[in-house]
Amino acid sequence: MTAATAPASTRSFNDVFYESLFEVEDGERIRACLQCGTCSGACPFGYLMGFPPGRMIAYLRAERFENVIDSDSVWMCVSCYACTAVCPKEIPLTPGLMTRTKEEMLLAGNVPSELQDALMNSQRYGNPLGESPRKRAEWTRGLEFEVPTFREAKRAVDVLWFVSDYPSYHPRVQLTTRAMARVLKLLGVDFAILGPEENSDGDSQRLAGERGLFEMLAEKNGKALSRYEFNQVITSDPHAYNAFKNEYPKLGIEYPMQHFTEFVAERMDDLKPHLKPLEEQRVTYHDPCYLGRANDVYDAPRTILSAIPGLELVEMPHNRSTSLCCGGGGGGMWLDGFQWEKAHVRLSEWRIQEAVSVNADILAVACPYEPPRFEDAAKMVEGAGRLAVKDIAELLAESIEADA
Amino acid sequence: MNIVVLAKLVPDLVEELEIDDSGTALDMTWLRLIINELDDHAIEQSILLKEKTGAHVTVVAPDFEDIDDILYTASAKGADRLIKILGDYESGINNHAIARAFAPIIRELSPDLILSGVQAHDDRDGSLGALLAGYMDLPYVGYVASVAIGDGQATITKEYPGGLSAEMAVSLPAVLGIQVAEEPPRYVAVSKVRQAMKTAEIEEIDAGDFDLAGGAKVTRMFQPEVGEGATMLEGSLDDIADELVSILKELGAG
Repeated sequence: MTAATAPASTRSFNDVFYESLFEVEDGERIRACLQCGTCSGACPFGYLMGFPPGRMIAYLRAERFENVIDSDSVWMCVSCYACTAVCPKEIPLTPGLMTRTKEEMLLAGNVPSELQDALMNSQRYGNPLGESPRKRAEWTRGLEFEVPTFREAKRAVDVLWFVSDYPSYHPRVQLTTRAMARVLKLLGVDFAILGPEENSDGDSQRLAGERGLFEMLAEKNGKALSRYEFNQVITSDPHAYNAFKNEYPKLGIEYPMQHFTEFVAERMDDLKPHLKPLEEQRVTYHDPCYLGRANDVYDAPRTILSAIPGLELVEMPHNRSTSLCCGGGGGGMWLDGFQWEKAHVRLSEWRIQEAVSVNADILAVACPYEPPRFEDAAKMVEGAGRLAVKDIAELLAESIEADA
Repeated sequence: MNIVVLAKLVPDLVEELEIDDSGTALDMTWLRLIINELDDHAIEQSILLKEKTGAHVTVVAPDFEDIDDILYTASAKGADRLIKILGDYESGINNHAIARAFAPIIRELSPDLILSGVQAHDDRDGSLGALLAGYMDLPYVGYVASVAIGDGQATITKEYPGGLSAEMAVSLPAVLGIQVAEEPPRYVAVSKVRQAMKTAEIEEIDAGDFDLAGGAKVTRMFQPEVGEGATMLEGSLDDIADELVSILKELGAG
């Protein structure tokens, strides 16, 4: 892997890699690492990684980083920002060290095969699921009204809804997508989608080390977006949100972006008169890593949940910046088999156990990775039989459509 | 050691297949093409052999739409030379025609070993590798799952139905139909493919007019049809379940 990255100088791979970390925003802070090990302790898989973040830095300093690259330890990283959030020296561990290491792994060809499939699908079809790009808007068929694509609308539209991969294709997540469409319709939002012109946002592929693929997908989205007139972008996918907020601008793709929950929270006065009581239930909210820790959006989802009559919002022990990852980030969505072999636990089950521990009836989520992950996990956790996993959009739609 | 790999594109089944107005061919309008999966294994096997023996790998492909991407990807994996063969592939092309036209071109490359996928899902008149071996008058072994190169011969594993394998030696030059590479085809980072696009060269060779003789003539192409004898149960779920139970009982189940 050294040949791919090192210039024709005598500098070692170790040195070249170390210096490349300074190019990440605030990256030079890695020099200040105290070796306190807080990162490795906060990491949900730190206890079984051969090289948790703190030890990776120790090996880097000892000029033995090849040992890290030769192991498959970093593929346990789910890019959840838990290490980054607790680092006393505020070292950008997730976007820097962990992601750069995965990039080197990828260039060296040290990639678990299930992850390769998702990357190849993203290259070929513009989505990691390997679905037909022509069918990207087929989720709209289950609706009682039309959701126009920009190509069909042929006019300026207020809101561009970046639907993203799992909301477009995954049968369980499509239910949340249609619920979100019904909420937007009720609010009278003038919106349209890109349909087949939309490609994966690429952010999870980037965090899985495939930067070139991310750039390719971003370019395609940038081109599609530049064809149309709109005032802002919204999405239900925190990973797409993160791409638009923090990564696309570096590539010259700049549009104001809001997560669906932020967009709705700003319109609560319009929405509240339409909300009818649901059966009295305890709801707890799971902060997705890329809405919470990575982007500090904690209040909007809670504002919405608190406004739905009948729901009592309770917090789990790990909430807001200490939220537990569902295990889907940074390529984790495509490494379930690999990680199961190593760990024989699922991060999503840990989360379900917490939801059960606070006697929640509903686990509310705001990320498309989560309904299928948590519903699968609930089947495996004792006492979780009656726990419902619902996207906030689904709860809103249920409240709107409830009998008065 | 000169290895030539023959790779072609086939319809990608991610899109639904439609029959064109002639009723004898696929409608190509919306069809996506994808590298024939077993040809991808043939490329991987050639790169594995290169890594072991330092062999020189040339990938040869018919000039289908988007073939450049496949060739650049092969280059990023380690292929040394890329050749696309130009020609009229539109009008009723078949594997006999391709093999006949490619044989002299490939002979010019003086290969010691020719690899191709053992089959493709659009092979209607026999597999390309076997036909090529015929036109080049070379030995052919299909369903190959491993290749080791020795002095003037290759030792290969051939798979048989029923879980049987045989090890055999074949004198070189020879054509092998690859069933599976010794390792799964590797993923190559997009940045490496983009690099290959800047540095690698794709040579073009004209195949001239194709002689279509020998190919199968398609008289009718159609979607699977519901056969006679099938009974479709209709009505409510309960009705269907009741009827199904009585039919199963009638047939002696339970």
